Amino acid sequence: MTQQAPPGAPAQRAPREAFSSRTVFILAAIGSAVGLGNIWRFPYIAYENGGGAFLIPYLVALLTAGLPLLMLEYGIGHRFRASAPLAFRRLHPKTEWIGWWQMGISFVIAVYYAVILGYAMLYTTFSFSKAWGDDPGTFFLSDVLKTSEEVTVGLEFVPSVLLATSIAWLALLVVLLLGVQNGIGKVNLVLIPLLVLMFLVIVVIALTLPGATDGLNAFFTPNWTALTDSSVWVAAYGQIFFSLSVGFGIMITYSSYLKPKTDLASSGLVVGFGNSSFEILAGIGVFAALGFMAGVAGVGVDEVATSGIGLAFIAFPTIISEAPFGTLIGVLFFATLTFAGFTSLVSIVEVVVAAAQDKLGLRRRTAVLGVVVPMALISLALFTTTTGLNLLDVTDNFVNQFGIVAAALVSVMLLTAGFSALPTLRDHLNSVSSFTLGRTWMVMVGGVTPIVLGYILINTLTTTLAEGYGGMPTWFVNTFGWGTAIGLVIIALLLSRLPWPASSAASDLSPSPAILDAHVDRHRMRGDQPLARWSDTALRTPALGQDFSYRTVEEGADASPGRHAAEPAAPDTPGAPAPGTTAGTGATAPWTSGAAGTTDPARTEEDPR
Amino acid sequence: MTTAAIVMLIVAMVTVWGGFIAAVLHLRRSPEVPDNDQGFGADDYVRTT
Repeated sequence: MTQQAPPGAPAQRAPREAFSSRTVFILAAIGSAVGLGNIWRFPYIAYENGGGAFLIPYLVALLTAGLPLLMLEYGIGHRFRASAPLAFRRLHPKTEWIGWWQMGISFVIAVYYAVILGYAMLYTTFSFSKAWGDDPGTFFLSDVLKTSEEVTVGLEFVPSVLLATSIAWLALLVVLLLGVQNGIGKVNLVLIPLLVLMFLVIVVIALTLPGATDGLNAFFTPNWTALTDSSVWVAAYGQIFFSLSVGFGIMITYSSYLKPKTDLASSGLVVGFGNSSFEILAGIGVFAALGFMAGVAGVGVDEVATSGIGLAFIAFPTIISEAPFGTLIGVLFFATLTFAGFTSLVSIVEVVVAAAQDKLGLRRRTAVLGVVVPMALISLALFTTTTGLNLLDVTDNFVNQFGIVAAALVSVMLLTAGFSALPTLRDHLNSVSSFTLGRTWMVMVGGVTPIVLGYILINTLTTTLAEGYGGMPTWFVNTFGWGTAIGLVIIALLLSRLPWPASSAASDLSPSPAILDAHVDRHRMRGDQPLARWSDTALRTPALGQDFSYRTVEEGADASPGRHAAEPAAPDTPGAPAPGTTAGTGATAPWTSGAAGTTDPARTEEDPR
Repeated sequence: MTTAAIVMLIVAMVTVWGGFIAAVLHLRRSPEVPDNDQGFGADDYVRTT
C-alpha cells in the first residue's frame, strides 16, 4: 500500500471519529429518534386516528416506510463515511445539494428546538413550587413567555427563557466539544436508560391515579371504521416519518461514525422498534394522566386530550397540581422531556457540525465552536423574545412540512430513479448485515415512500396555499414560513456550487466509488470528464472487504452497443480507453481500478504512473 | 377497562415491545466484529490517484 497522498490533500488528518461500539451507536440513534414528538405528539395522534385501531396503520407505516428509510440512510452514511453533503457528493457529485438542504433543515430545527428545551427546563423547576397556580394556560403565555399580542419579530427578551435556553446551548456545546464517542456517545449511554427508567416511574404513578383506566379506555378502544379513512393512514405515515428523524441527515451523519463491519439492517430494526416502544409507553403514561385530569374536572377524556405545547405546558401542570405525588410527576415529566429533547438536539446540531468540519477541513473543536456559537446566538435572538412563540410555530410547521418532507421526497426519487443508487446501497447493506434486503426493500424505498410523501406534501401544500397558516398575517407566514422553506433550497444549491478547498475532507479518498449510471455518466466512464476532478469519489478501501455492486459500471464498459449502451470510444481519443480494457483505466477511470483491485490487488500497484 | 381496550393494549405491547425484544435478540445473535483492523486511518486506503 502506498502512502502517497492525493494532490492537494493535507499531509495528515486525524482518523475519522467513531462510536466505540454498536451499542453506543444504537443508543445514540434511539436518543435522536426519541424526542419531544414521542411524548407529546404520538399519544394524541393515535387517540385522534382510531385509538387502538391506529396500531395497524402505524405498524404498516413502520414496516413499509420507516424502517426501509432508516436503513437507506444508514447505507448512505456508512458506505460513504461523511457528513450529509460530502456523503451525497461521494455518491454522485450531482446529488451534493441534497446534503446541504438537509444540513439547512437541521440548522433551522435546532435553533427553535433548543428554546422548547428551555421551556422544559424552566418547568422542571416550576414543578417544585407548582408556580403556575390555578390557571396554567394564562401562566404559560402571560407570565412565562410574556407573549406579545402582536404577531411580529421583536427584540424584547424574556430573561428566564433566555437564561434557560442559554444553559441548553452551553450544555450542547460541551457535549459536542467532547467528541463523537466521549460526548455524544456517553451522553446517550447515560440519558437513554435514565429516560426510560424515569418514564416508567411516571407510568406506574399515573396508572395508580383514579380515572387512569378511563384514559386508557379512550386511548386503546379501537375505532375500526377509522381504517377506511385515508387521513388516518396519512397520519400514521407522518407520525412514523417525523418520529424516526429520517430525511434530514441525522442518520447519515451518525452511521458515518460506525465501524466498517457493523450489522446495519439489524441495528435499524432495534432503533425503529425501540423508538416505537417508547411511543407506546408514552401513550400509556400520558393518557392515564389525562384520564385522571378528566375525572377531576368531571368531563370526558375527549375534552382534555391535546398535544404539543398545550399538553406539556398547560395540561400537565394541571395534572401535577391535583395529583398525589404531583411534584414528583412534574419533575420526572419535565426532566424526561428535557432529556429526550436534548439527545435529539445533539444529533441535529451534529449534522451541521459534521458538514462544516468536512467542508472546511477543520478540527472538531474549531468546527463545534464555529457552528454552535452562531447558532446559539441566532436561536436566542429570535426565539427567546416575547414574539418568539409565533415564530417558533410558523418555522416548525414549514420546515417540517415543506423542508423535511420535500427533502426526503426529492432524495428518494433521485436515489431511485435519477441516479439508480438503490441496488448498490442494497448490496452495501447486505454485505454487512445479518439478514438480506431484497427487491421488497427497494420497492418500499423507491415506490411506497415517494407515493406517501408526495401525497402528504401535495395535501399540505394545497391546504396551506388555500387557507394560509394558523390565521397569522400573510407577510409573517410568507417571510418566515415560505421564506425559510424556499430559502433553504436556494442556499443548498448555492452551497453545492462552492468549490471544496484543498484542505477539505473532499480531498480524502472516499471509502467507496461513486455510483455511476451506465447511460447518464457514460462520458465520465469513458474518461471524457475524468472523475479526477472528484478525487474523493475515486477509490474504496480494501478494509471494507465487501462485495460491492459494480454491475452498473461494468455494464457501461462492456455492454454490447445496444440502444442504451455507451458508445464505444474512438481509439484515437486521448485518455479514452477502448471498452473492455482495464489496463490504464486506473488513470482515467479510477472506479474500475477499485473493482479490479477486488480480484487482483496487484494490478493497482502495476499501474504505470 | 373495556374488553376491546384491554385486547388492543395487549396487542400493542406484544407487537411493538415484542418486536423490540426480538430485534435486540436477533442483533445479539450476530456478535460485533472485533475491530483491531477496523480503523479508518490513512493506512487503510490504497493510494493510486
